[in-house]
Parts: sequence; C-alpha cells; structure tokens
Amino acid sequence: MKAFAYINPANEKEAVAALSPQVEQSMPLGGGQDLLARMKDYVTQPERLVNVKTALESTVTPVGGGLRIGAAMKMADVAEHPEILRMYPAISAAAIEVGTPQIRNQATVGGNLNQRPRCWYYRNEEFVCFKKGGDRCFSPQGENQFHAILGAGPSFIVHPSSLAVPMLAYGATFRLAGPKGERLVPAANYFTLPRQSLRMENVLAPDELLTHVILPAPGNVKSGHYEVRYKASHDWPIAFATVLIAMNGSVVKEAKVVMGAVAPVPWRSAEAEQALVGKSITEATAAAAAEAAMKNARPLSQNGYKVDVAKTAVKRAILRAAGIQTA
Amino acid sequence: MAKKDDSPDGLKLDRRNFFKTTGLAGLAESIAAPAEAAAQSTPAAVGPGDVPVRLNVNGRQIDLMIEPRVTLLDALRTRANLTGNKKGCDRGACGACTMIVDGRPVYSCSTLAIEVQGKQIRNVDGLATGDRLHPVQQAFCEKDALMCGFCTPGFIMASVALLEKNPNATPEQIKKGLDGNICRCGTFSRIFEAVSSVKGGQRG
Repeated sequence: MKAFAYINPANEKEAVAALSPQVEQSMPLGGGQDLLARMKDYVTQPERLVNVKTALESTVTPVGGGLRIGAAMKMADVAEHPEILRMYPAISAAAIEVGTPQIRNQATVGGNLNQRPRCWYYRNEEFVCFKKGGDRCFSPQGENQFHAILGAGPSFIVHPSSLAVPMLAYGATFRLAGPKGERLVPAANYFTLPRQSLRMENVLAPDELLTHVILPAPGNVKSGHYEVRYKASHDWPIAFATVLIAMNGSVVKEAKVVMGAVAPVPWRSAEAEQALVGKSITEATAAAAAEAAMKNARPLSQNGYKVDVAKTAVKRAILRAAGIQTA
Repeated sequence: MAKKDDSPDGLKLDRRNFFKTTGLAGLAESIAAPAEAAAQSTPAAVGPGDVPVRLNVNGRQIDLMIEPRVTLLDALRTRANLTGNKKGCDRGACGACTMIVDGRPVYSCSTLAIEVQGKQIRNVDGLATGDRLHPVQQAFCEKDALMCGFCTPGFIMASVALLEKNPNATPEQIKKGLDGNICRCGTFSRIFEAVSSVKGGQRG
C-alpha cells in the first residue's frame, strides 16, 4: 500500500478536524477490515488515516426506550450484547454472521455500515469504474452473478452491509458529525442509489463521521432475519431479509420487509409489506409476499437465480417472524 | 496505474539483510524516544516515514522504527524476529496470521502495528514455556492435525483464544470459533479432533 500519515485523535472533535473535504484524502480508520485491504490493492490511496477507535464511542446507551450504539463498537460485541439481542434480535442475527471471529473482533459498526461495495470490478484496480471516478460499470456486460436485481443502474453494485438491513427495518437514525456540527439522518435517507450519487453509497461527506446509531423503541413487533449464502462463514450473503411484523389478533397489522444484497441500497419492499397487511401468516401468504417483493426485479445476464434466492430469504424471514420453523 | 512501492525494498523490510547488519538489540538502542505525539492534547500526524512504535508482544516490550503502514504481522515477522505466524493471503481471508490482541483473536495482517500500541499482543512464538508446549500445541501434535503446517500457527492461536473464552467449547462453538481459519491441505477433521481433546486448558 501507499505510505500514509497517521493521526490518533482523542475525541470526536479532533477526529473531525483531522478529516478533509476531498474524497479519500484523509480517511477514518475503524477496524480497518475493509479499508486496509482496499489500500493494499491500490483501490483507495489516502494521504492520511485518522484512527477513530478511541475518539468514537464503543458502548450501548439506553435512550428514550431505544438504544444508542457507538460507531466504534466491535461487531463481536454487538453480536453478544444482551440488550441488543432482547430488543433488536434481527441486528444480533445479522452481526453474528458477519465475516469471521477475527473480523468481528476488529470490525466496527461504523465500518460495517460504510464499507465499500464488494463488486469484483470495484475491488480490482485495473477496472476504473464509476465507483473509482471512472465512466462506466463493467458488470452489465461482464461477470454479474452477484450483482443487483433491483433499483440499479448505471452502477449495479449491491450494498455490502449486513447491519444496514435490520437497522433500516427498526427505523434507525444515524448521527453524523462534521465541521459544521452534527446532523441526524434516518437510515432510510442515508443510503443513496447510483442514480442519486454514483460514486458513493451514502450521504456521508468525506469530512464527516458516522458517530452513533440511534434505535427507537422497537414496539411490540416480532422479527425474522434470514440469510442465504454459498458458504456458512467468511462470505457475504447472496440475498437476505429482515422482516418485522406487528400483529392485530391473528392478522398482520403492520409489516416491514427489508432486503439485503439485492440492490445498491438496503431495499425496503412496500409491495411485500402491503401483501402481508390484514393476512395471517402462512406458507401461502409468506410466499405471496415474497413474490410481491420481487415483482419489479430486473436481473442481469447471470443473476436471474438471485430472484428465487431473494424470494426464499423473504419468505423464510416472514415465517421466522411468525415463529414458524424454516429450513 | 499507481506507482507501487510495497516491494521489500520499498518497505525496507528485507529481513535477511536487516538482521545481518543490525540485529534486534541494535535496533532498540537506535530509537531515541517512544511515541510522544499521541500523548499531546492536539495530536499531530505522524509519518508517512518511520515513526517510533512500541509494542508489547508475549509480555516483552519491543521498540521499532517503522512506517504507519506496516502491519502488525510484518512488524513482528520482519522486524522483531517473531516469524511463527505466517503470511498467507495478507487480506484477512485465510487466518494464518491470527494473533491474540487483548484476549481476542485478530488478523494481524489486517491490523496496523501503530494502532495496537499499549495492547497485550500474543503470537505463536510466545505460547510454549521453554520446551513445554501449550496444551493446544500438544494436542495438534498428538492428533497429527497438520500436513504442510503453514496454517497451523494461526489455527493454534485461534484455538487458544477460543478455549480461553470457552474452556469447554461445544462442537458447534469450536466450528464457529475456528471458521476464520482455512487449511489448504484439508486437515479440518484432525484440527477439530485436536481442539475437542483440550478441555479446561488441560489435556482431556
């Protein structure tokens, strides 16, 4: 990797002051599990790294019936936190499947949410794609078996964060700190489609830090999380889903269906949610909602199978939320 | 394309020549002062050239002059003569570099040396006590849990960390706890047997 300067600020203010408004010039270093690999491959070449592990909080604080999670919290600690498990089980379920024990011991919440796409064209320095400031996406004419089937174009990456999906479902808000102070951005507005912003995947400015995830009180909901993978470990899911349902007697009063690894952002499906409201949860209603979730899918040349995989993930997440056993 | 300077020459990490000319003791003496920049109220940026880095490895203090970009793995292997842990993929994908930092297994290839100052670092070189192997090392020998052995130091460190956290790890915990390590020779079943045979830090 290219040589860089290093700074170890003691608090949030110093950390923000050490960043730069220029893209990838001075970059925050969390667990480094994504950033260092990109730097070794010359995909990202910052002049300076700002270690934010001391400056940012790594704890969980109760706030207004919900929880506030510090962005420097390690994924292993998220996965094992009893209050997160009790109040937001889908977040625990997502965290425990991220990477490996070694990665979860280093990787942070902020890093998981802000990691860059896993697209093999982006990760290869030879391919100067939109995400590297280039003028094309190589996947539509290339190897696209893991690329997006919803909401994509002109870039076809899928969003790589596992935490983003359940956090969006639970209505999380992200606190960002920048040179002009703080701002609160709901997860639903944080992640951006390529047609809104081609190079980056979210609204975080180069001189801003994501400092906290604020989760509202979960309310009386049941949750289900289901990931479909090639490998049981050490890989990103092919497709996954978090489903939250609030019941009114035996029928669904309200539903949230959010999918991961299918679109350039965590993808909320209003179609699937509408298909569930007023119904009781059965194999048939879950399958119908999964069909609805994929109604607008537009697969590329090699990823048509992901439509079926995503349907399975949605269907099983719904059944799990209803307490029905799944494979 | 970017100019690449991470060759052994660029990184100035040619171990053979380095030890021929300097040696560890000489290196420690050549360092004027430990990292003082971090202690100031407004931290100054250090690097990109060599900066003093003080590590605590296997209970021993090691003072180095290295660039901020040097990983913990490279620092120990090429600058401190602690070559037990191997460099496999250098991308956090194989586990051969697994070390224990403050009680937790991490990929030392994906950790900068400069960011683990002040932490308790353990690598496989510090595991045995004299000629007496650690119970996990002993178990790997007895169960013949290796072929080429390149992954073994990483597997052993991951196993030690796992058993220190869960002395009586269940088969599921062992599988989940070691799934960040890969054995290219495919000795997984022997490794599983070896780790399963160590109970409560003793040979069972």
